[in-house]
Amino acid sequence: MTTPLAIENLSMRFGAVTVLPDVSFEVAPGECFGLVGESGSGKSTILLCVSMLLSGWEGRIAIGGRAVRDMSLMERCRSLQMVFQDPYGSLHPRQSVRAALSEPVRIHRLGDVDARLEQVMTDVGLPVSFLDRYPHQLSGGQRQRVAIARALILEPSILLLDEPTSALDVSVQAEILNLLQRLRAEKGFTCLMVSHDLAVVDYMCDRFAVMQHGEITEILPRSAILPNAATHPYARQLIDASIAYENAM
Amino acid sequence: MTMIPTETGHAPARPRLPRALVPLANILGFLWRSPTSAFGLIVLGLLIAMALLGPVLAPYDPYAQDLQATLQAPSAAHWFGTDELGRDILSRLLFGAAITLRIIFLVTIVVGPIGMAVGTVAGYFGGRVDTVLMRVTDIFLSFPSLILSLAFVAALGPSLNNAIIAISLTAWPPIARLARAETLTFRKADYISAARLQGASPARIIWKSIVPMCLPSVVIRLTLNMATVILTAAGLGFLGLGAQPPMPEWGAMIATGRRYMIDSWWLVTFPGIAILLVSLAFNLLGDGLRDALDPKQMNRR
Ligand SMILES: Nc1ncnc2c1ncn2[C@@H]1O[C@H](COP(=O)(O)OP(=O)(O)OP(=O)(O)O)[C@@H](O)[C@H]1O
Ligand SMILES: [Mg+2]
Repeated sequence: MTTPLAIENLSMRFGAVTVLPDVSFEVAPGECFGLVGESGSGKSTILLCVSMLLSGWEGRIAIGGRAVRDMSLMERCRSLQMVFQDPYGSLHPRQSVRAALSEPVRIHRLGDVDARLEQVMTDVGLPVSFLDRYPHQLSGGQRQRVAIARALILEPSILLLDEPTSALDVSVQAEILNLLQRLRAEKGFTCLMVSHDLAVVDYMCDRFAVMQHGEITEILPRSAILPNAATHPYARQLIDASIAYENAM
Repeated sequence: MTMIPTETGHAPARPRLPRALVPLANILGFLWRSPTSAFGLIVLGLLIAMALLGPVLAPYDPYAQDLQATLQAPSAAHWFGTDELGRDILSRLLFGAAITLRIIFLVTIVVGPIGMAVGTVAGYFGGRVDTVLMRVTDIFLSFPSLILSLAFVAALGPSLNNAIIAISLTAWPPIARLARAETLTFRKADYISAARLQGASPARIIWKSIVPMCLPSVVIRLTLNMATVILTAAGLGFLGLGAQPPMPEWGAMIATGRRYMIDSWWLVTFPGIAILLVSLAFNLLGDGLRDALDPKQMNRR
Protein backbone atom coordinates (compact mmCIF):
# COMPACT_ATOMS: atom_id res chain seq x y z
CA MET A 1 0.00 0.00 0.00
CA THR A 2 1.32 3.45 -0.83
CA THR A 3 2.02 5.94 1.92
CA PRO A 4 -1.11 8.05 2.33
CA LEU A 5 0.82 11.16 3.31
CA ALA A 6 4.52 11.82 2.91
CA ILE A 7 6.24 15.10 3.67
CA GLU A 8 9.83 15.52 2.56
CA ASN A 9 12.05 18.49 3.32
CA LEU A 10 9.13 20.87 3.70
CA SER A 11 10.29 24.41 4.32
CA MET A 12 8.20 27.53 4.64
CA ARG A 13 9.06 31.12 5.34
CA PHE A 14 7.00 34.25 5.89
CA GLY A 15 9.15 37.07 4.54
CA ALA A 16 12.43 36.89 6.42
CA VAL A 17 11.14 34.53 9.11
CA THR A 18 11.67 30.84 8.47
CA VAL A 19 8.80 29.09 10.22
CA LEU A 20 9.54 25.57 9.03
CA PRO A 21 13.23 25.01 8.24
CA ASP A 22 13.09 21.39 7.10
CA VAL A 23 10.31 19.00 8.06
CA SER A 24 9.99 15.39 6.93
CA PHE A 25 7.70 12.63 8.13
CA GLU A 26 5.39 9.96 6.80
CA VAL A 27 1.96 8.88 7.94
CA ALA A 28 1.05 5.20 7.63
CA PRO A 29 -2.25 3.98 6.12
CA GLY A 30 -5.19 4.33 8.49
CA GLU A 31 -2.98 5.90 11.10
CA CYS A 32 -3.73 8.96 13.19
CA PHE A 33 -0.56 11.01 13.40
CA GLY A 34 -0.31 13.72 16.04
CA LEU A 35 1.62 16.97 16.02
CA VAL A 36 2.34 18.49 19.41
CA GLY A 37 4.60 21.28 20.52
CA GLU A 38 4.66 24.76 21.92
CA SER A 39 2.56 27.55 20.53
CA GLY A 40 4.08 29.07 17.40
CA SER A 41 6.15 26.01 16.59
CA GLY A 42 4.54 25.73 13.16
CA LYS A 43 2.02 22.94 13.62
CA SER A 44 -0.85 24.76 11.93
CA THR A 45 1.51 25.93 9.21
CA ILE A 46 2.25 22.30 8.29
CA LEU A 47 -1.48 21.65 7.86
CA LEU A 48 -1.88 24.79 5.75
CA CYS A 49 1.00 23.70 3.52
CA VAL A 50 -0.37 20.18 3.12
CA SER A 51 -3.80 21.53 2.21
CA MET A 52 -2.25 24.09 -0.18
CA LEU A 53 -4.04 26.91 1.62
CA LEU A 54 -0.48 28.21 1.80
CA SER A 55 1.34 27.67 -1.46
CA GLY A 56 4.71 29.35 -0.98
CA TRP A 57 6.46 26.33 0.50
CA GLU A 58 9.35 24.28 -0.84
CA GLY A 59 9.93 20.57 -0.65
CA ARG A 60 7.61 17.74 -1.54
CA ILE A 61 4.26 16.72 -0.10
CA ALA A 62 2.66 13.61 -1.54
CA ILE A 63 -0.74 12.05 -0.96
CA GLY A 64 -0.91 8.39 -1.90
CA GLY A 65 2.34 8.81 -3.82
CA ARG A 66 1.12 11.80 -5.88
CA ALA A 67 2.63 15.23 -5.25
CA VAL A 68 -0.09 17.66 -4.09
CA ARG A 69 1.32 20.29 -6.43
CA ASP A 70 0.58 18.05 -9.42
CA MET A 71 -2.98 17.29 -8.40
CA SER A 72 -5.84 19.27 -9.88
CA LEU A 73 -7.85 21.35 -7.44
CA MET A 74 -10.81 18.96 -7.63
CA GLU A 75 -8.67 15.88 -7.10
CA ARG A 76 -6.88 17.47 -4.17
CA CYS A 77 -10.12 18.51 -2.50
CA ARG A 78 -11.50 15.02 -2.77
CA SER A 79 -8.43 13.39 -1.27
CA LEU A 80 -7.86 15.84 1.57
CA GLN A 81 -10.11 17.82 3.87
CA MET A 82 -9.61 19.81 7.04
CA VAL A 83 -11.48 20.47 10.28
CA PHE A 84 -10.61 23.79 11.82
CA GLN A 85 -9.98 24.67 15.40
CA ASP A 86 -12.81 27.09 15.99
CA PRO A 87 -16.26 25.83 15.02
CA TYR A 88 -17.56 29.37 15.53
CA GLY A 89 -15.36 30.68 12.74
CA SER A 90 -15.35 27.79 10.31
CA LEU A 91 -19.06 27.77 9.46
CA HIS A 92 -20.45 30.59 7.35
CA PRO A 93 -22.77 32.55 9.69
CA ARG A 94 -25.35 33.16 6.98
CA GLN A 95 -25.45 29.67 5.50
CA SER A 96 -27.77 27.03 6.83
CA VAL A 97 -26.32 23.61 7.54
CA ARG A 98 -28.01 22.41 4.36
CA ALA A 99 -26.34 25.11 2.29
CA ALA A 100 -22.94 24.48 3.88
CA LEU A 101 -23.09 20.73 3.30
CA SER A 102 -24.58 20.79 -0.19
CA GLU A 103 -21.91 23.19 -1.49
CA PRO A 104 -19.17 20.54 -1.80
CA VAL A 105 -21.63 18.05 -3.32
CA ARG A 106 -22.64 20.62 -5.92
CA ILE A 107 -19.08 21.74 -6.68
CA HIS A 108 -17.97 18.17 -7.28
CA ARG A 109 -21.22 17.26 -9.09
CA LEU A 110 -21.70 14.18 -6.96
CA GLY A 111 -25.47 14.15 -7.37
CA ASP A 112 -28.03 12.79 -4.92
CA VAL A 113 -27.66 15.84 -2.71
CA ASP A 114 -30.49 15.04 -0.29
CA ALA A 115 -29.50 11.42 0.25
CA ARG A 116 -25.88 12.38 0.85
CA LEU A 117 -26.81 15.09 3.33
CA GLU A 118 -29.01 12.74 5.29
CA GLN A 119 -26.31 10.08 5.30
CA VAL A 120 -23.59 12.40 6.51
CA MET A 121 -25.81 13.96 9.19
CA THR A 122 -26.58 10.49 10.50
CA ASP A 123 -22.87 9.65 10.35
CA VAL A 124 -21.95 12.53 12.61
CA GLY A 125 -24.87 11.89 14.94
CA LEU A 126 -27.04 14.92 14.20
CA PRO A 127 -30.77 14.79 13.52
CA VAL A 128 -31.63 15.41 9.88
CA SER A 129 -33.96 18.23 10.97
CA PHE A 130 -30.85 20.25 11.91
CA LEU A 131 -30.20 20.73 8.18
CA ASP A 132 -32.39 23.81 8.25
CA ARG A 133 -30.62 25.43 11.17
CA TYR A 134 -28.11 28.23 11.04
CA PRO A 135 -24.80 28.06 12.91
CA HIS A 136 -25.97 30.45 15.63
CA GLN A 137 -28.76 27.99 16.40
CA LEU A 138 -26.26 25.22 17.19
CA SER A 139 -24.05 24.53 20.19
CA GLY A 140 -20.28 24.47 19.82
CA GLY A 141 -20.17 20.68 19.74
CA GLN A 142 -22.97 20.52 17.18
CA ARG A 143 -21.15 23.03 15.02
CA GLN A 144 -18.00 20.98 15.15
CA ARG A 145 -20.05 17.94 14.09
CA VAL A 146 -21.30 19.94 11.11
CA ALA A 147 -17.72 20.93 10.29
CA ILE A 148 -16.71 17.27 10.43
CA ALA A 149 -19.68 16.33 8.23
CA ARG A 150 -18.63 18.97 5.72
CA ALA A 151 -15.12 17.57 5.63
CA LEU A 152 -16.28 13.96 5.27
CA ILE A 153 -18.97 14.47 2.66
CA LEU A 154 -16.29 14.41 -0.06
CA GLU A 155 -14.99 11.10 1.33
CA PRO A 156 -11.34 12.20 1.63
CA SER A 157 -8.57 9.75 2.29
CA ILE A 158 -6.74 12.26 4.52
CA LEU A 159 -8.35 14.33 7.24
CA LEU A 160 -6.39 17.24 8.69
CA LEU A 161 -7.48 18.25 12.18
CA ASP A 162 -6.24 21.50 13.70
CA GLU A 163 -6.98 21.24 17.42
CA PRO A 164 -10.52 20.10 16.66
CA THR A 165 -11.61 20.07 20.29
CA SER A 166 -9.64 22.85 21.96
CA ALA A 167 -12.48 25.37 21.60
CA LEU A 168 -14.93 23.00 23.25
CA ASP A 169 -15.94 22.11 26.75
CA VAL A 170 -14.29 18.98 28.24
CA SER A 171 -17.35 16.73 28.10
CA VAL A 172 -18.09 17.84 24.53
CA GLN A 173 -14.43 17.22 23.67
CA ALA A 174 -14.84 13.57 24.60
CA GLU A 175 -17.94 13.24 22.40
CA ILE A 176 -16.17 14.73 19.40
CA LEU A 177 -13.11 12.55 19.93
CA ASN A 178 -15.31 9.46 20.18
CA LEU A 179 -17.07 10.50 17.02
CA LEU A 180 -13.77 10.93 15.19
CA GLN A 181 -12.56 7.53 16.40
CA ARG A 182 -15.76 5.84 15.28
CA LEU A 183 -15.73 7.54 11.87
CA ARG A 184 -12.07 6.64 11.39
CA ALA A 185 -12.87 3.00 12.09
CA GLU A 186 -15.89 3.11 9.73
CA LYS A 187 -14.41 5.04 6.82
CA GLY A 188 -10.74 4.20 7.20
CA PHE A 189 -9.33 7.65 6.51
CA THR A 190 -5.90 8.71 7.69
CA CYS A 191 -5.60 11.60 10.18
CA LEU A 192 -3.02 14.26 10.75
CA MET A 193 -3.98 15.97 13.97
CA VAL A 194 -2.58 18.98 15.78
CA SER A 195 -3.17 19.13 19.50
CA HIS A 196 -1.90 20.82 22.60
CA ASP A 197 -3.27 18.16 24.82
CA LEU A 198 -1.23 14.99 25.27
CA ALA A 199 -4.28 13.26 26.75
CA VAL A 200 -6.06 13.81 23.42
CA VAL A 201 -3.01 12.57 21.54
CA ASP A 202 -2.85 9.54 23.81
CA TYR A 203 -6.50 8.79 23.07
CA MET A 204 -6.48 9.44 19.33
CA CYS A 205 -3.03 9.04 17.82
CA ASP A 206 -0.91 6.02 17.02
CA ARG A 207 2.25 8.06 16.69
CA PHE A 208 3.04 11.70 17.26
CA ALA A 209 5.77 14.19 16.47
CA VAL A 210 7.03 16.69 19.04
CA MET A 211 7.80 20.03 17.43
CA GLN A 212 9.93 22.93 18.59
CA HIS A 213 10.79 26.05 16.57
CA GLY A 214 9.50 24.50 13.37
CA GLU A 215 11.55 21.34 13.66
CA ILE A 216 10.47 17.86 14.58
CA THR A 217 12.54 16.90 17.59
CA GLU A 218 11.28 13.36 17.91
CA ILE A 219 8.60 11.01 16.57
CA LEU A 220 7.18 8.77 19.28
CA PRO A 221 4.58 6.00 19.46
CA ARG A 222 1.59 6.45 21.73
CA SER A 223 3.03 3.91 24.17
CA ALA A 224 5.95 6.26 24.88
CA ILE A 225 3.79 8.81 26.67
CA LEU A 226 3.16 7.26 30.08
CA PRO A 227 6.61 5.79 30.73
CA ASN A 228 8.00 8.96 29.13
CA ALA A 229 10.29 7.12 26.78
CA ALA A 230 11.30 10.28 24.91
CA THR A 231 15.02 10.80 24.42
CA HIS A 232 15.13 14.41 23.20
CA PRO A 233 15.25 16.80 26.19
CA TYR A 234 12.46 19.05 24.92
CA ALA A 235 10.14 16.11 24.23
CA ARG A 236 10.89 14.68 27.71
CA GLN A 237 10.17 18.03 29.31
CA LEU A 238 6.87 18.40 27.41
CA ILE A 239 5.66 14.93 28.36
CA ASP A 240 6.79 15.37 32.01
CA ALA A 241 4.98 18.67 32.26
CA SER A 242 1.85 17.14 30.81
CA ILE A 243 1.89 14.12 33.13
CA ALA A 244 2.51 16.38 36.14
CA TYR A 245 -0.43 18.51 35.05
CA GLU A 246 -2.70 15.48 34.65
CA ASN A 247 -1.74 14.25 38.12
CA ALA A 248 -2.34 17.65 39.66
CA MET A 249 -5.88 17.74 38.24
CA MET B 1 -23.71 5.94 20.15
CA THR B 2 -27.42 6.46 19.70
CA MET B 3 -28.52 6.75 16.11
CA ILE B 4 -31.27 9.06 15.09
CA PRO B 5 -33.86 7.14 13.08
CA THR B 6 -33.58 8.12 9.45
CA GLU B 7 -37.35 8.23 9.04
CA THR B 8 -37.31 11.76 10.43
CA GLY B 9 -35.31 12.76 7.38
CA HIS B 10 -38.12 11.95 5.00
CA ALA B 11 -40.46 14.57 6.38
CA PRO B 12 -41.85 16.57 3.46
CA ALA B 13 -39.67 19.55 2.62
CA ARG B 14 -41.20 22.83 3.67
CA PRO B 15 -42.27 25.03 0.77
CA ARG B 16 -39.37 27.20 -0.41
CA LEU B 17 -40.95 30.59 -1.04
CA PRO B 18 -42.27 31.29 2.45
CA ARG B 19 -38.90 30.33 3.88
CA ALA B 20 -37.23 32.90 1.65
CA LEU B 21 -39.75 35.53 2.76
CA VAL B 22 -39.27 34.93 6.47
CA PRO B 23 -36.21 37.21 6.76
CA LEU B 24 -37.98 39.96 4.80
CA ALA B 25 -41.02 39.78 7.06
CA ASN B 26 -38.76 39.86 10.11
CA ILE B 27 -36.93 42.92 8.86
CA LEU B 28 -40.15 44.78 8.09
CA GLY B 29 -41.56 43.82 11.48
CA PHE B 30 -38.43 45.05 13.19
CA LEU B 31 -38.47 48.34 11.30
CA TRP B 32 -42.13 48.80 12.11
CA ARG B 33 -41.50 48.57 15.84
CA SER B 34 -39.20 51.59 16.00
CA PRO B 35 -41.02 54.91 15.50
CA THR B 36 -38.34 56.56 13.38
CA SER B 37 -37.91 53.73 10.90
CA ALA B 38 -41.68 53.21 10.86
CA PHE B 39 -41.91 56.84 9.70
CA GLY B 40 -39.38 56.00 6.98
CA LEU B 41 -41.45 52.98 5.94
CA ILE B 42 -44.64 55.05 5.81
CA VAL B 43 -43.08 57.76 3.66
CA LEU B 44 -41.56 55.16 1.35
CA GLY B 45 -44.93 53.41 1.14
CA LEU B 46 -46.62 56.73 0.37
CA LEU B 47 -44.04 57.45 -2.32
CA ILE B 48 -44.68 54.09 -3.96
CA ALA B 49 -48.46 54.55 -3.65
CA MET B 50 -48.18 58.02 -5.17
CA ALA B 51 -46.06 56.72 -8.01
CA LEU B 52 -48.51 53.90 -8.75
CA LEU B 53 -51.78 55.72 -8.15
CA GLY B 54 -50.64 59.26 -9.06
CA PRO B 55 -52.37 59.27 -12.45
CA VAL B 56 -55.61 58.16 -10.79
CA LEU B 57 -55.42 60.43 -7.76
CA ALA B 58 -54.22 63.58 -9.47
CA PRO B 59 -57.09 66.05 -9.76
CA TYR B 60 -55.64 67.68 -12.90
CA ASP B 61 -53.43 66.86 -15.84
CA PRO B 62 -49.93 67.82 -14.63
CA TYR B 63 -49.05 69.24 -18.06
CA ALA B 64 -52.31 71.15 -18.67
CA GLN B 65 -51.65 74.86 -18.66
CA ASP B 66 -54.32 77.28 -17.58
CA LEU B 67 -53.09 80.79 -18.19
CA GLN B 68 -56.25 82.18 -16.59
CA ALA B 69 -55.23 80.68 -13.23
CA THR B 70 -51.48 81.20 -12.87
CA LEU B 71 -49.78 81.46 -9.46
CA GLN B 72 -52.98 80.73 -7.53
CA ALA B 73 -52.52 80.37 -3.79
CA PRO B 74 -53.57 77.05 -2.22
CA SER B 75 -57.36 76.82 -2.26
CA ALA B 76 -60.14 74.26 -2.36
CA ALA B 77 -59.78 73.90 -6.13
CA HIS B 78 -55.98 73.69 -6.08
CA TRP B 79 -54.89 72.33 -2.70
CA PHE B 80 -51.25 73.19 -3.24
CA GLY B 81 -51.88 76.15 -5.59
CA THR B 82 -50.81 76.54 -9.21
CA ASP B 83 -47.53 77.46 -10.84
CA GLU B 84 -46.58 80.23 -13.27
CA LEU B 85 -48.30 78.42 -16.14
CA GLY B 86 -51.42 77.57 -14.13
CA ARG B 87 -50.55 73.90 -13.69
CA ASP B 88 -51.82 72.23 -10.54
CA ILE B 89 -48.92 71.70 -8.15
CA LEU B 90 -50.49 68.74 -6.32
CA SER B 91 -50.93 66.87 -9.60
CA ARG B 92 -47.37 67.66 -10.59
CA LEU B 93 -46.08 66.43 -7.21
CA LEU B 94 -48.02 63.18 -7.61
CA PHE B 95 -46.60 62.57 -11.07
CA GLY B 96 -43.14 63.59 -9.84
CA ALA B 97 -43.19 60.74 -7.32
CA ALA B 98 -42.87 58.23 -10.18
CA ILE B 99 -39.83 60.12 -11.49
CA THR B 100 -38.18 60.16 -8.07
CA LEU B 101 -38.89 56.47 -7.64
CA ARG B 102 -37.46 55.72 -11.06
CA ILE B 103 -34.26 57.60 -10.18
CA ILE B 104 -33.95 55.70 -6.89
CA PHE B 105 -34.65 52.35 -8.50
CA LEU B 106 -32.29 52.75 -11.45
CA VAL B 107 -29.47 54.19 -9.37
CA THR B 108 -29.79 51.34 -6.87
CA ILE B 109 -29.70 48.55 -9.42
CA VAL B 110 -26.70 50.12 -11.15
CA VAL B 111 -24.71 51.24 -8.11
CA GLY B 112 -25.29 48.25 -5.82
CA PRO B 113 -23.97 45.53 -8.13
CA ILE B 114 -21.09 47.64 -9.50
CA GLY B 115 -19.92 48.76 -6.07
CA MET B 116 -20.31 45.28 -4.66
CA ALA B 117 -18.46 43.62 -7.55
CA VAL B 118 -15.53 46.04 -7.54
CA GLY B 119 -15.20 46.00 -3.75
CA THR B 120 -15.43 42.26 -3.19
CA VAL B 121 -13.11 41.40 -6.09
CA ALA B 122 -10.54 43.94 -4.89
CA GLY B 123 -10.80 42.75 -1.30
CA TYR B 124 -10.74 39.04 -2.05
CA PHE B 125 -7.85 38.99 -4.53
CA GLY B 126 -5.82 41.76 -2.91
CA GLY B 127 -2.41 42.57 -4.40
CA ARG B 128 -2.31 44.16 -7.81
CA VAL B 129 -6.01 43.66 -8.57
CA ASP B 130 -6.81 45.54 -5.38
CA THR B 131 -4.37 48.35 -6.18
CA VAL B 132 -5.71 48.92 -9.68
CA LEU B 133 -9.39 48.79 -8.71
CA MET B 134 -8.92 51.01 -5.68
CA ARG B 135 -6.95 53.65 -7.60
CA VAL B 136 -9.81 53.83 -10.11
CA THR B 137 -12.22 54.17 -7.21
CA ASP B 138 -10.06 56.90 -5.68
CA ILE B 139 -10.17 58.88 -8.91
CA PHE B 140 -13.96 58.85 -8.87
CA LEU B 141 -14.05 59.59 -5.14
CA SER B 142 -11.73 62.56 -5.39
CA PHE B 143 -14.32 64.69 -7.19
CA PRO B 144 -17.30 66.08 -5.33
CA SER B 145 -20.20 64.02 -6.62
CA LEU B 146 -22.32 66.95 -7.78
CA ILE B 147 -19.41 68.42 -9.75
CA LEU B 148 -18.66 65.07 -11.38
CA SER B 149 -22.33 64.54 -12.23
CA LEU B 150 -22.41 68.04 -13.68
CA ALA B 151 -19.45 67.26 -15.88
CA PHE B 152 -20.99 64.00 -17.06
CA VAL B 153 -24.35 65.52 -17.81
CA ALA B 154 -22.71 68.45 -19.54
CA ALA B 155 -20.85 65.97 -21.73
CA LEU B 156 -23.78 63.62 -22.35
CA GLY B 157 -26.44 66.29 -22.74
CA PRO B 158 -29.09 67.21 -20.19
CA SER B 159 -31.86 64.66 -19.71
CA LEU B 160 -33.29 62.60 -16.89
CA ASN B 161 -31.66 59.37 -18.06
CA ASN B 162 -28.28 61.03 -18.39
CA ALA B 163 -28.69 62.46 -14.92
CA ILE B 164 -29.35 58.94 -13.62
CA ILE B 165 -26.25 57.62 -15.39
CA ALA B 166 -24.19 60.49 -14.04
CA ILE B 167 -25.42 59.98 -10.50
CA SER B 168 -24.72 56.26 -10.72
CA LEU B 169 -21.19 56.93 -11.92
CA THR B 170 -20.51 59.02 -8.87
CA ALA B 171 -22.37 56.90 -6.33
CA TRP B 172 -20.65 53.52 -6.69
CA PRO B 173 -17.17 54.34 -5.29
CA PRO B 174 -18.22 54.63 -1.62
CA ILE B 175 -20.09 51.34 -1.97
CA ALA B 176 -17.01 49.69 -3.46
CA ARG B 177 -14.83 51.01 -0.63
CA LEU B 178 -17.26 49.72 1.93
CA ALA B 179 -17.55 46.27 0.31
CA ARG B 180 -13.76 46.03 0.10
CA ALA B 181 -13.29 46.97 3.74
CA GLU B 182 -15.88 44.39 4.78
CA THR B 183 -14.29 41.74 2.57
CA LEU B 184 -10.87 42.38 4.09
CA THR B 185 -12.17 41.70 7.58
CA PHE B 186 -13.19 38.15 6.80
CA ARG B 187 -11.30 36.99 3.73
CA LYS B 188 -8.91 35.16 6.06
CA ALA B 189 -11.78 33.59 8.01
CA ASP B 190 -11.84 29.83 8.38
CA TYR B 191 -15.10 29.50 6.48
CA ILE B 192 -13.45 31.06 3.43
CA SER B 193 -10.53 28.62 3.79
CA ALA B 194 -13.05 25.80 4.11
CA ALA B 195 -14.79 26.94 0.91
CA ARG B 196 -11.43 27.01 -0.88
CA LEU B 197 -10.69 23.51 0.38
CA GLN B 198 -13.97 22.32 -1.07
CA GLY B 199 -12.75 23.37 -4.49
CA ALA B 200 -14.94 26.45 -4.87
CA SER B 201 -13.75 28.85 -7.59
CA PRO B 202 -12.98 32.45 -6.59
CA ALA B 203 -16.16 33.59 -8.34
CA ARG B 204 -18.17 31.09 -6.35
CA ILE B 205 -16.53 32.08 -3.07
CA ILE B 206 -17.18 35.76 -3.74
CA TRP B 207 -20.80 35.13 -4.72
CA LYS B 208 -21.74 32.57 -2.11
CA SER B 209 -19.58 33.44 0.87
CA ILE B 210 -18.49 37.06 0.62
CA VAL B 211 -21.45 38.83 -0.97
CA PRO B 212 -23.93 37.61 1.70
CA MET B 213 -21.61 38.96 4.38
CA CYS B 214 -21.26 42.36 2.68
CA LEU B 215 -24.90 42.65 1.70
CA PRO B 216 -26.35 44.10 4.93
CA SER B 217 -23.89 46.95 5.21
CA VAL B 218 -24.13 47.66 1.49
CA VAL B 219 -27.92 47.77 1.70
CA ILE B 220 -27.71 50.11 4.69
CA ARG B 221 -25.21 52.32 2.91
CA LEU B 222 -27.30 52.37 -0.30
CA THR B 223 -30.37 53.37 1.69
CA LEU B 224 -28.49 56.16 3.45
CA ASN B 225 -27.01 57.25 0.11
CA MET B 226 -30.47 57.53 -1.42
CA ALA B 227 -30.95 60.79 0.44
CA THR B 228 -27.88 62.17 -1.33
CA VAL B 229 -29.00 60.69 -4.63
CA ILE B 230 -32.39 62.37 -4.37
CA LEU B 231 -30.76 65.67 -3.46
CA THR B 232 -28.27 65.37 -6.31
CA ALA B 233 -31.06 64.54 -8.75
CA ALA B 234 -33.01 67.51 -7.45
CA GLY B 235 -29.88 69.64 -7.72
CA LEU B 236 -29.31 68.58 -11.32
CA GLY B 237 -32.98 69.21 -12.05
CA PHE B 238 -32.65 72.60 -10.38
CA LEU B 239 -29.66 73.47 -12.56
CA GLY B 240 -31.60 72.43 -15.64
CA LEU B 241 -29.31 69.44 -16.29
CA GLY B 242 -31.67 66.70 -15.14
CA ALA B 243 -35.29 66.27 -16.02
CA GLN B 244 -36.28 68.76 -18.69
CA PRO B 245 -39.39 70.94 -18.61
CA PRO B 246 -42.24 70.30 -18.63
CA MET B 247 -41.48 67.09 -16.69
CA PRO B 248 -42.76 67.43 -13.12
CA GLU B 249 -39.48 66.50 -11.45
CA TRP B 250 -39.37 67.98 -7.95
CA GLY B 251 -35.98 69.66 -8.26
CA ALA B 252 -36.92 71.20 -11.58
CA MET B 253 -40.17 72.44 -10.07
CA ILE B 254 -38.20 74.28 -7.39
CA ALA B 255 -35.90 75.68 -10.05
CA THR B 256 -38.72 77.22 -12.06
CA GLY B 257 -40.56 78.24 -8.92
CA ARG B 258 -37.69 80.18 -7.40
CA ARG B 259 -38.32 83.24 -9.61
CA TYR B 260 -41.74 83.62 -8.01
CA MET B 261 -40.64 82.53 -4.56
CA ILE B 262 -41.08 85.89 -2.81
CA ASP B 263 -44.76 86.32 -3.73
CA SER B 264 -45.80 82.69 -4.27
CA TRP B 265 -44.23 80.59 -1.54
CA TRP B 266 -46.17 77.44 -2.48
CA LEU B 267 -44.24 76.98 -5.73
CA VAL B 268 -41.06 75.94 -3.93
CA THR B 269 -42.39 74.92 -0.54
CA PHE B 270 -44.37 71.81 -1.53
CA PRO B 271 -41.75 70.20 -3.78
CA GLY B 272 -39.17 71.18 -1.16
CA ILE B 273 -41.11 69.42 1.58
CA ALA B 274 -41.52 66.37 -0.66
CA ILE B 275 -37.76 66.15 -1.26
CA LEU B 276 -37.05 66.72 2.41
CA LEU B 277 -39.49 64.03 3.53
CA VAL B 278 -38.24 61.41 1.11
CA SER B 279 -34.57 61.96 1.84
CA LEU B 280 -35.27 62.05 5.58
CA ALA B 281 -37.25 58.82 5.25
CA PHE B 282 -34.32 57.08 3.56
CA ASN B 283 -31.95 58.28 6.27
CA LEU B 284 -34.21 56.95 9.02
CA LEU B 285 -34.77 53.68 7.16
CA GLY B 286 -31.03 53.25 6.77
CA ASP B 287 -30.56 53.73 10.49
CA GLY B 288 -33.34 51.26 11.25
CA LEU B 289 -31.87 48.69 8.84
CA ARG B 290 -28.56 48.92 10.66
CA ASP B 291 -30.26 47.38 13.69
CA ALA B 292 -32.54 45.07 11.75
CA LEU B 293 -29.91 43.46 9.50
CA ASP B 294 -28.16 41.41 12.09
CA PRO B 295 -27.98 37.69 11.29
CA LYS B 296 -29.86 36.74 14.43
CA GLN B 297 -32.71 39.06 13.48
CA MET B 298 -32.87 37.94 9.88
CA ASN B 299 -33.09 34.23 10.41
CA ARG B 300 -35.34 34.21 13.42
CA ARG B 301 -38.50 32.29 12.75
N1 LIG C 1 0.80 34.82 7.80
C1 LIG C 1 1.88 34.82 8.61
N2 LIG C 1 2.83 35.76 8.48
C2 LIG C 1 3.92 35.77 9.27
N3 LIG C 1 4.16 34.88 10.23
C3 LIG C 1 3.26 33.89 10.42
C4 LIG C 1 2.06 33.82 9.63
N4 LIG C 1 1.35 32.75 10.03
C5 LIG C 1 2.06 32.20 11.03
N5 LIG C 1 3.20 32.87 11.27
C6 LIG C 1 4.23 32.53 12.26
O1 LIG C 1 4.55 31.20 12.05
C7 LIG C 1 4.83 30.56 13.29
C8 LIG C 1 4.07 29.25 13.37
O2 LIG C 1 2.69 29.50 13.38
P1 LIG C 1 1.63 28.34 13.56
O3 LIG C 1 0.29 28.95 13.43
O4 LIG C 1 1.98 27.25 12.61
O5 LIG C 1 1.91 27.89 15.06
P2 LIG C 1 1.20 26.71 15.87
O6 LIG C 1 2.25 25.72 16.15
O7 LIG C 1 -0.01 26.25 15.14
O8 LIG C 1 0.80 27.47 17.18
P3 LIG C 1 -0.54 27.27 18.06
O9 LIG C 1 -0.32 26.03 18.81
O10 LIG C 1 -0.53 28.47 18.95
O11 LIG C 1 -1.70 27.22 17.13
C9 LIG C 1 4.43 31.53 14.38
O12 LIG C 1 5.61 32.04 14.95
C10 LIG C 1 3.69 32.62 13.66
O13 LIG C 1 3.99 33.85 14.23
MG1 LIG D 1 -2.20 26.50 15.47
